[in-house]
Formats: sequence, C-alpha cells, structure tokens
Amino acid sequence: MIPQFEIILIASLVAVACALLGVFLVLRKVSLMSDAISHAILFGIVIGFFIVKDISSPILIVGAALTGLLTVSITELLIKTKKLKEDASIGLVFPVFFSLGVILISKYASDVHLDTDAVLLGELAFAPFDRLLINGLDLGPKSLWVIGLILAINLVFVLMFYKELKLSTFDAGFAAAIGFSPMLVHYGLMSLVSITAVGSFNAVGSILVVALMIAPPSAAYLLTNDLKIMIFISIGIAIMSSIMGYGLAFLSDASIAGSIAMMAGLFFILALLFSPQNGLIAQALSNKKKKVTFASHMLLVHLLDHEGKKEESMENTISNSRVHMRWKESFTEKVLLNSLASNWITKKYNRLFLTSSGRKVARKVMIQEI
Amino acid sequence: MEVGKLSYLQKMLIDISLDYTLKIVLLGSLLLGIVAGALGSFAVLRKQSLLGDAISHAALPGIALAFIFTLSKHPLVLLIGALLAGWIGTLFVLLVTKLTKLKEDAALGILLSVFFGFGVFLLTKIQNLKTATKAGLDKFLFGNAATLLKEDVITMSVLGLIALFLLFLFWKEFKILTFDRSFAQSIGFNSKYLDILLMTLIVMAIVVGLQTVGVVLMSAMIIAPAVAARQWTDRLNVLVFLSAFFGGISGVVGALLSSSISKLPTGPTIVLVASLIVFISLVFSPHRGMAMDWLKTLKNKKTIHKTRVLYYLFKLAESHNNIYYSHDVSSIKAIDKTSVDKALQQLKIKGFVQNTEGSRWKLTSKGLAKAKRIPETVV
Repeated sequence: MIPQFEIILIASLVAVACALLGVFLVLRKVSLMSDAISHAILFGIVIGFFIVKDISSPILIVGAALTGLLTVSITELLIKTKKLKEDASIGLVFPVFFSLGVILISKYASDVHLDTDAVLLGELAFAPFDRLLINGLDLGPKSLWVIGLILAINLVFVLMFYKELKLSTFDAGFAAAIGFSPMLVHYGLMSLVSITAVGSFNAVGSILVVALMIAPPSAAYLLTNDLKIMIFISIGIAIMSSIMGYGLAFLSDASIAGSIAMMAGLFFILALLFSPQNGLIAQALSNKKKKVTFASHMLLVHLLDHEGKKEESMENTISNSRVHMRWKESFTEKVLLNSLASNWITKKYNRLFLTSSGRKVARKVMIQEI
Repeated sequence: MEVGKLSYLQKMLIDISLDYTLKIVLLGSLLLGIVAGALGSFAVLRKQSLLGDAISHAALPGIALAFIFTLSKHPLVLLIGALLAGWIGTLFVLLVTKLTKLKEDAALGILLSVFFGFGVFLLTKIQNLKTATKAGLDKFLFGNAATLLKEDVITMSVLGLIALFLLFLFWKEFKILTFDRSFAQSIGFNSKYLDILLMTLIVMAIVVGLQTVGVVLMSAMIIAPAVAARQWTDRLNVLVFLSAFFGGISGVVGALLSSSISKLPTGPTIVLVASLIVFISLVFSPHRGMAMDWLKTLKNKKTIHKTRVLYYLFKLAESHNNIYYSHDVSSIKAIDKTSVDKALQQLKIKGFVQNTEGSRWKLTSKGLAKAKRIPETVV
C-alpha cells in the first residue's frame, strides 16, 4: 500500500470509531467528557510508556484508558459532593492529569518518542513508518491494526447494546425501571471513549479525537431525528472529513490533524446553515413566511370587521389597511400578493373584497385568536 | 539537609532580587493569576467554566492569523487577535445553543476542537513560511513564562488592568446579573449588553494568561482559584479577592518552581499549584470542607448514640416501679451493642446519669427530664 492511502485509511478508521461513540455523547449531552478524557489519558500514556516502552502496546492502551475512567469517576464524585458545579468539576480534574503528563514528558521523556506537540497534534504523517512485522512479514502500519481493532470493539458494542444505549439515552428513567442499569451503560460508553482516545492518540492527537467525536454527530443531529440515520450520516461525514482533510493538508503542506478537524467543522457549518429543517437559512425563511401569513390573516380580519358596514368603502382599501396596520409599502405588497395568491381576497383599484374562502379563514383565525 | 534547603531558598531569594528576567516572569505570572482569579469567579458562579476552556482553545487561530496578517509578534497584536477569535467563538456558542436543538456541551466541543484544529493548521503553515521571525508562536500551546519580555508584561498589565477596572466599575451590575437575572432586567439593566461585557472581560482574562500558561491549560486558571475561594466564603466581594489572591499565589509559586527546576514547564506547574490549593480548600475549609463534614457526621453519630443509651436506660427504668432504679451495664448492652461504657461516661459528665455501684447505672432527675423529651423517632 502506498503511504498516502495508509494515512487516509487510518484517519478514516479513527473517524468512524470516534463518530460511532460521539453520536451517543452528543445525544446524552456529555460531549465534553471526550475533551476531558482525551486530555487526561496523557498521564496514563506517559506512565504506561515508561513501563512498557511501546506506545502501541495493548497493555498501554488498556492501562491509559483507566486514567480516562478515573477522570470520569473523580469528576462525578466531585459533582456529588455538591461543593462545586458540574462544569467546574469537569474543568478541574482533567487539567491536573494533563499537567502531570506534560511535566513527566518534558522532564523525563523529551528525548524519546513522545513530545508535547505530538500530544495535541499527533503524528499521522509518520504513522506508516511504524510497521507491524511478524517473522519479517510486513502486515502494514501498527496504528492501522490498533485502530482497526478498536473500531471493531466499538462496532460490536453499539450493535450488541443498541437497544440499551438508545433507551438509556432517550429515557434514562424508563431504562432503569425495566432493569437496564444506566450507570453500566454510561461507564461502558466512557470506557470505550477512553480506549478509542488512547488508541487514536498516537496517530491523530487528542484534539482531533474531540473534533471527530463531536462535530460529525452534531452535524448529523441537525439533519435528522432518526438515531440510525444519524449514525450513518455521522460516519459518512467523518470519512469525508478525513479524506478531504488529508487532501487539504497535502495541498497546503500543513498539519493533517488540524486539517481534518477543520473539515469536520466545515461540514458542521454547512449543516448549521443548510439543514432543511433545522438550518439557519430554513429557519429564517420560515420565519419570514410565517410573518407574511400572519399579516395576511390580520388583513382578512380587518376586512371582515368592516364588511357590509357604511364605512366599508373607506376602510377596506389598500391605502387605509396599510396605514392602520403600520406596514411598510414593500411589506404591504407581499401581504397583498400572498392574500391574492391564496384566493382570499379580490382587488378592484384601491378597494379590497373578501372572497368566500377568505371570509372563512378570517372567522377561523378570530376563533383561534380568542 | 536543613542547611541545603536554607541555602537553596536563599539562592532563590537572591535570584529574585537580582535577576531581571525572573522579575519580569514573576510579575507576568502574578498578573495572570490575579486577573484570571478575579474574573474566573464570575465564570464559575455563572456555570460557564467550560466556556473558558473553549475560548482559550479558540484563541489560537486568532493569534496565528494576527501574525500572518501583520508579520508582527508584538504581544498587543497577537493578543488582539486572540481576543477577536475568543469573541467570535463565544458568539458561535450563543448562536448554536439559541437557534438549534444542540446543547451547550456540543457547541463548546465543536468550538474548541475545530478552532484549535484551525489554529494548528495555521501554525504549521507559519512554520513553513520562509520568514525570519517565524518561530516562537508554539509557546502559546503550553505557555512559557521564561520567554516573557518586558513588552509582554506591559501589554498584559494594560489589558489586565482595563479588565479589572471595568469589573470594579460595573461591580453592582455584574453582581445582580449573576445572582438574580430577572431582577436585573426588571430594574432596567440591559442584561444582554452586560452579558456581552462580562464575557468580553473573561475573554480578556484568558488572553492575558495565554503566553504564560498556554491555550490548553488556561481554562484551569479561570476555574481553579474561583472554586477554591468559593469554599471559604459566601460573600461575592470576599470571593473575588480571595480568588485573585489564590490565582496570584499559584502564578508566582508555579513560575518560581518552573524557573528554578530545570525542564519544568510553566503552565502545567502553575495549574498544579492552583489545583493543590483547590484540593486543600475542598478538604479543609472550615464551613464547607469535607474534613469538616466528616467531623460533623462523626459528632452527630456520637450524639445520637448517647441519646439512644439515655433513652434505653429510661425505658428500662420505666418497666420498674422506681424510675431511678439502677441497671447493670449488661442490660443496656443487650439492646445496644456498640460502646455503651463510653457513652455512659459522657452522659455522667453532663449529669444525666449516675454510677451507683460497680457497673450499675441510674438516671438522675436531670437525665429523666431530658429522656422524656426524646422523641421516639430519634431512636
């Protein structure tokens, strides 16, 4: 395999493994645990590295993942003491582990294969050089195998416990009532987040793990309300971010992890703007439409109010309506066009007349309003 | 050992008094701690601690872009870039949480990771630039107090003092806004503008510390001093002063340690010192400390136990004609297996029971009056 392809493959596997868990983090409103975990595991990784001297060893991965779990439990313990709030607890615990990790690296390990920049940014570009050799047979980059295995574990977890995950995410009380332990699901998820963060760490760094766990699922959440579809869209966005991110990094000769995070962010911005239901543009359009419809209804009520009375010829005119409703000229145009197109009114020179359907709508609106 | 320690301390003190660079470093760290501590109090009280985390990460692309556009490394230029980026980041979070179904955690997570990714992207681009002044921006990642220059500290002081002055000026408004938002609105404060002003001040506090502590750990300096201070007081003005004090101490001690021990990075050291203060406060503060809680629980348990023993003695006596009938310890022990002897001794000191002969005990009149008032639900 050519190195470029290997890098893209590793990045995509990391992206899918992260997005798969990220969906549940976002839905359970604990996204920032991924931030806390991915920073805190540095401490575990450094300690593990001193012991086993191999950053892709399974022992190191499991051991370092324990630091992640420790962070989660200390954070939750602190919240339970009620001496500080949830946000402050999260923000207090992981910097301690991260600081310890950085200090250990710069004091004792600055000459080995761990340095503080790589901690945050990863060394995806070097991943293909560290290869798995068995009896001299080249089986591809080590990180490919590590992340492949972690992805498989995540897949099995989500498939096997899909029902439990879904239930405890959307209705924790009901899940507990019928006998699923929400704590068990929670800690299961957090364990996998820790393992995934450690496994991806060497290749992509801690920040990309956060980006890939949160941005693609958040974008997907804006596009659908269906959990299954959300998972598939997240995976799709994650893979596309990896491929396009690598392309961007290649073209502009910049950090791969940074580029992938940017692409994931770009997809989120696109979803934020253009999502058909939840997008900002769709929201703005629908607000505008609602405004015109509401104004048209008001016009109908105004017309009905004066219909058949002696002041009708004076009141039910375009110019008078405009003045009474305090509309601008251009807005009045829109309201009239909308009402005419809906066949609610007819227009003769300056005068306005209700059609029978317009009368019906006006009465209905009045009842609703009252 | 003792002599060695002393001379080490002396050497450190001489260093401080003579070393010009060290003075600059200490001043910078002190300033960062005070500003972050004072404004962090509001971030923590308003439950916006993690916004600080996201904003400090978001500052990185601002710094990088400011450098790319101006090719200047003047601290004012870089910090204004950081300020703008932090500001845009805050608006992004407000926009996403207000207009979509996504919650704050997701918005913050995206902000910190994507902006940081963008910042890293720009930093690697800068490193590939063929300009002479390229290096030095990566100190913003983990901070490096040792590279602080006089102009850095001047810029930090100006920004920090402006932030503190505005905090002082709008003290009353921020106080009401933090504790009773609807009241603030009802008496005519424009809470939207005040929110933005307070957020801007917090962003400024973060920016002041970036060079010393770095974008990754700056959030801890916003949170830790305030959480520590919160354990010692319930009053806002005391809280803010104490938090600034804790922040300043962490900054100075951290910077001293990191400059006197080789290869000890400044940012993480300062954060660990601040975290230590948090730990001590959480455990030992007189009102809210865990040690105090533990002592209180222990005391309550003892009181309940004593009450119980008195009540049993009373019940036993009631079954006899003579209410002052003395019972052997063993009959109370038959009901309550825990350390009855100790409880009886303590009750005796208070004058509730009397030791008649050997191990026999009876109620006093005072004890009887007390026992009658014990509600059955207690035991």
